[in-house]
Amino acid sequence: MFDHIFNQHSWHDVQSSIYSKTAGEVELALRKSKRDIEDFKALISPAAAPYLEQMAQLSAALTQKRFGKTVQLYVPLYLSNECQNICTYCGFSYDNKIKRKTLSSFEILQEAEYLKQQGFEHVLLVTGEANKTVGLDYFQKAIRLLRPHFRNISIEVQPLDANEYAALTQEGLHAVLVYQETYNKEHYKDYHPKGKKSNFDYRLETPDRLGTANIHKIGLGVLMGLEDWRTDNFFTALHLSYLEKQYWQTRYSISFPRLRPAEGLIEPKVVINDRELTQLICAWRIFREELELSISTRESQSFRDNIIRLGITSMSAGSATNPGGYVTEPESLEQFCIDDNRSPAVVAAMIKEQGYTPVWKDWTAFS
Amino acid sequence: MQFTTHNYKRMNDPLVIAGKSFQSRLFLGTGKFGNHQEMEAAIVASGSELVTMALKRIDFNDKEEDDILRYLNHDHINLLPNTSGARTADEAIFAARLAREALQTNWLKLEIHPDPRYLMPDAIETLKAAEQLVKEGFVVLPYIHADPVLCKRLEAVGVAAVMPLGAPIGSNKGLRTLDFLEIIIEQSNVPVVVDAGIGAPSHAAAALEMGADAVLVNTAIAVAQDSVQMATAFKIAVEAGRMAYNAKLGAVQQRAVASSPLTEFLMVNGE
Repeated sequence: MFDHIFNQHSWHDVQSSIYSKTAGEVELALRKSKRDIEDFKALISPAAAPYLEQMAQLSAALTQKRFGKTVQLYVPLYLSNECQNICTYCGFSYDNKIKRKTLSSFEILQEAEYLKQQGFEHVLLVTGEANKTVGLDYFQKAIRLLRPHFRNISIEVQPLDANEYAALTQEGLHAVLVYQETYNKEHYKDYHPKGKKSNFDYRLETPDRLGTANIHKIGLGVLMGLEDWRTDNFFTALHLSYLEKQYWQTRYSISFPRLRPAEGLIEPKVVINDRELTQLICAWRIFREELELSISTRESQSFRDNIIRLGITSMSAGSATNPGGYVTEPESLEQFCIDDNRSPAVVAAMIKEQGYTPVWKDWTAFS
Repeated sequence: MQFTTHNYKRMNDPLVIAGKSFQSRLFLGTGKFGNHQEMEAAIVASGSELVTMALKRIDFNDKEEDDILRYLNHDHINLLPNTSGARTADEAIFAARLAREALQTNWLKLEIHPDPRYLMPDAIETLKAAEQLVKEGFVVLPYIHADPVLCKRLEAVGVAAVMPLGAPIGSNKGLRTLDFLEIIIEQSNVPVVVDAGIGAPSHAAAALEMGADAVLVNTAIAVAQDSVQMATAFKIAVEAGRMAYNAKLGAVQQRAVASSPLTEFLMVNGE
């Protein structure tokens, strides 16, 4: 399990090691053909800031070599905003006194039909954490309902047990996204004071349980705005490096959620600006050329348009972040405000205009 | 600039796989292009008659402009569906049946790479799937490591050709497995198609010069700034490589040959 490796690293030591990286170490990392975790540290360090254009060029070339001129499109489908957790940054937080909504089978299909009309074949199901009403049974039912309509189904829900993941894989689940939010164990409690999510270790071991269940793809990431983003991303890379060796048949993706305004929430403690986020995305690409790097509609139109060429290979479009948000109940509570409000068709047209192919379908279940 | 006129007379030297003749020894992949029009133009420029596409990427419901198959609808272009995405023999067999039904062809590029990072082919699962698929009447072209023994084992179960890799897929590194490819080419009773890793026309020419029957190229063409021009360059390189092979290359000498230091003693006075 990853906790053995995790426990050998102190947040403080890692942070000071990143901040003491030198220009020479950055240059070395850029020149190598295979990069290790120390190179990654250099690439995300302040010392790499002056090398941004060089990093972008390299990242662009590596991405094209591996993925060609393509960008995959997916859409989130929020099923429920019921949640027993208190998370200080999330609109679904338990202490947010708003009306809760969980989609019925009929409503799920209504939403699905709308998304199919938009052209989507890859869908990401999202919920809060309400284990009694939105647990394994609910997920099984939802996947069974949606499988005839979508070629690729992912989930971003509460962490589950390995046997539950195995059961969902049987139903045709392709990928699970589970963000640690922050690897700063000490401060994790401040953001997650109540509910099952306050258990840092259970969340940390989730990718291990997914690997054991032989899921096709695991999505990792941290919520940027909570703790030092460089240190948090180092731990994500450390986690990934462990998982790659342990579960070598699994595909991995990395996301870059930045804290967005939402109902009744904290202000970001640290801010990662566009220039730094670009550096981070390029650093990931240079570190691992085969990784899927994903960006959501949290980001602005202009940032999304420009980041495609630099390393992003997957993006959502036309997202609603509330259950029923597309058709059945557009006014329900949303998880956060999105920034890029363009329709999927407009985003696809933008991708084509840049000389890239928008890919709506890149999966067929072979069983 | 025009690259397509040649002053030499093209020899009648077809490549035959499973009874089917190909004039072109360049096979193409359809992934990674910026758009379908560009892909079509590059394939046409390459002269390729066999193009592979990932089954997982084809949307059979899509009858609109995004339908990739519409752009491959040329009389001289044959489709070679591949099982990319399959992690086991069972998944690959499932995909193969799906491809046969959907595309009306029993030709199949068998790809099983359970490792999503380097896309390394699984020798054990590939052999297992090949055996079954041949029994089901497929024309099987397996993507494999440059492993001479595996090639003979695949030949024994009845594959139509073997497709050993030159270097990791998409790496553009060229013929890194050269020594093993030489053995495979020497021993094979079925056509040898070097697949993966070919990053430049010179790599393709080198493969054909050494006796490979064909090459499969995707990334190097699709990702080139001018993919049509690059496709043409590969066409010429493949033809040149094949001509050189037919014309018999001179042996390569590692160093200048000295007089005869080891046999000097045999010489009689004045000789």
